[in-house]
Amino acid sequence: MYDIIVIGGGPAGLAAAIEAKKQGIEKILLLERDEELGGILQQCIHNGFGLHVFKEELTGPEYAQRFMNTFHDLNIAYALNTMVMEITPEKEVHIVNDQGYQILKAKAIILAMGCRERTRGAIAIPGKRPSGILTAGTAQRYLNIEGYMVGKEVMILGSGDIGLIMARRMTLEGAHVKGVCELMPHSNGLTRNIVQCLDDFDIPLQLSTTIVDILGEERLTGVVTAQVDEHYNIIKGTEKEISCDTLLLSIGLIPENELSKKAEILLDSKTKGPIVNEQLQTSQEGIFACGNVVHVHDLVDYVTEEAENAGRAAAHYLKDIKKSKKPIEIKPETGVVYTVPQHLDYISDQVKILFRVNSVFKHHQIVIKSDDQILKTIKKNHMAPGEMMHIYLKREELEACESKLSISIGEL
Amino acid sequence: MEKQMICIVCPIGCHIEVKKVEDQVVVTGNQCNRGAVYGKEELIAPKRVLPTTVKFEGGLHERLPVKTSAPVLKSLLFELMAYLNKITVKGPVKMGDVVVKNILDTGVDMIATRDM
Ligand SMILES: Cc1cc2nc3c(=O)[nH]c(=O)nc-3n(C[C@H](O)[C@H](O)[C@H](O)COP(=O)(O)OP(=O)(O)OC[C@H]3O[C@@H](n4cnc5c(N)ncnc54)[C@H](O)[C@@H]3O)c2cc1C
Ligand code: SF4
Repeated sequence: MYDIIVIGGGPAGLAAAIEAKKQGIEKILLLERDEELGGILQQCIHNGFGLHVFKEELTGPEYAQRFMNTFHDLNIAYALNTMVMEITPEKEVHIVNDQGYQILKAKAIILAMGCRERTRGAIAIPGKRPSGILTAGTAQRYLNIEGYMVGKEVMILGSGDIGLIMARRMTLEGAHVKGVCELMPHSNGLTRNIVQCLDDFDIPLQLSTTIVDILGEERLTGVVTAQVDEHYNIIKGTEKEISCDTLLLSIGLIPENELSKKAEILLDSKTKGPIVNEQLQTSQEGIFACGNVVHVHDLVDYVTEEAENAGRAAAHYLKDIKKSKKPIEIKPETGVVYTVPQHLDYISDQVKILFRVNSVFKHHQIVIKSDDQILKTIKKNHMAPGEMMHIYLKREELEACESKLSISIGEL
Repeated sequence: MEKQMICIVCPIGCHIEVKKVEDQVVVTGNQCNRGAVYGKEELIAPKRVLPTTVKFEGGLHERLPVKTSAPVLKSLLFELMAYLNKITVKGPVKMGDVVVKNILDTGVDMIATRDM
């Protein structure tokens, strides 16, 4: 019997295990299906990680290495090449590795399986199915870990950050990146990436544009792009044929929750991850979740912070620290897509609530209501869907709240 | 010399204009001083950190991720890539180890970004 089993050895799993160990928990086991620790960061060789946690700009592998070093220094047990097949509400963990199929038991489980990329099926691009169409992350793995270039003439669909990063990476490796098409009238990527990945190399970003046809039999030979109107309908006559041998898809990430479903954990339809309280505890007692399995984070730094909270909470759970108050539900209202956590069960001295807004707001305010009474407002000069927002609430502020907290965006 | 650009120092992303008037560089449109510093450098000598990979022998993977120890002139990126495509590094290495010292006389080293 383990005290805590952590599933996933990316930055979330590592930070959660480290924190639980620091809290005095001894019997921890981390399980990773890959042949090494570090998660997706090992293929994200570009810089831009760690500004919050380490106050310096690191590459993905450097960020992972620092946590791996601490993890090894603390002598936490782990198993590589070990796939978790199933978990149950009774906290049994079914695994497969070269020793066969085993069932492990734990008092608490921390889910840290990360996210995966949306693929062509998710957006139904018409046309043929030649080779040469892959997700930006798959191409990133081929190039950065295996040293294999997936093509010479590249088009990218979707202006998410992974696509932008790959536009620069493939250009530097000698490919001709012909353009990035984005359906929306604005990019989903960070401005910094638009400047340093596209503008630096004169790669055109075509907004309000999509791909309407795929050309080629065995191998991709080209795509047809077209502009869309404000209702995302294709504008006739704007079709353009562009020759290319590779199409990279950078159309979003979804939390990886096959295991959560098997454990009958309730998922949020907006985040696509488990519904959690401020302790990152899911709807199954003793099962916690953190990192991109809960919701897609903008920065790995925030993943780390959330994972540390989950590790600490799991340790507290094992030490039997009880609920302090009746549950408070947190409702996203006007202008807010979702919040994490979705409800509060225990009130510590301060809780942090993350949320995303549904469009760009300039000079607006965040309105926090407690049982329909305004609790406080916070002015913001700039809010955008691509940037996760957060607020802190103190214990005193929450004392009066009976059952419902809401967060909305209002005019000043 | 005059250039329109977006400041990328913070998420606000001010649209700034950078102008060279005689010997002075003037930045307008920035909401704070960090934008002025950024605009000046972008106009005169834009620099970037170069993260890439090199061929590797004696470890888990065949590529080792590396980066420049400091930003280098943007105009040199392709030359550095051509040079790095020709070298092979032998393991084991530790994160931070120098794999090429003073690459192409830039005064900057290429360093490993992980253990392998
Ligand atoms: C292709 C790609 C590129 C990205 N690029 C960036 C970027 O440039 N900057 C940025 O800030 N963020 C980036 N992200 C987001 C990035 O995933 C997070 O910042 C961070 O890595 C999330 O950490 P995590 O530990 O939650 O997930 P991950 O790093 O994905 O780690 C999850 C781990 O769980 C393991 N796992 C999953 N299921 C199982 C199972 N059933 N059994 C055993 N092990 C399992 C996986 O193998 C993996 O190692 C990227 C994401 C993707 C998919
Ligand atoms: S000028 Fe200042 S406020 Fe504007 S984007 Fe740059 S750093 Fe941010």
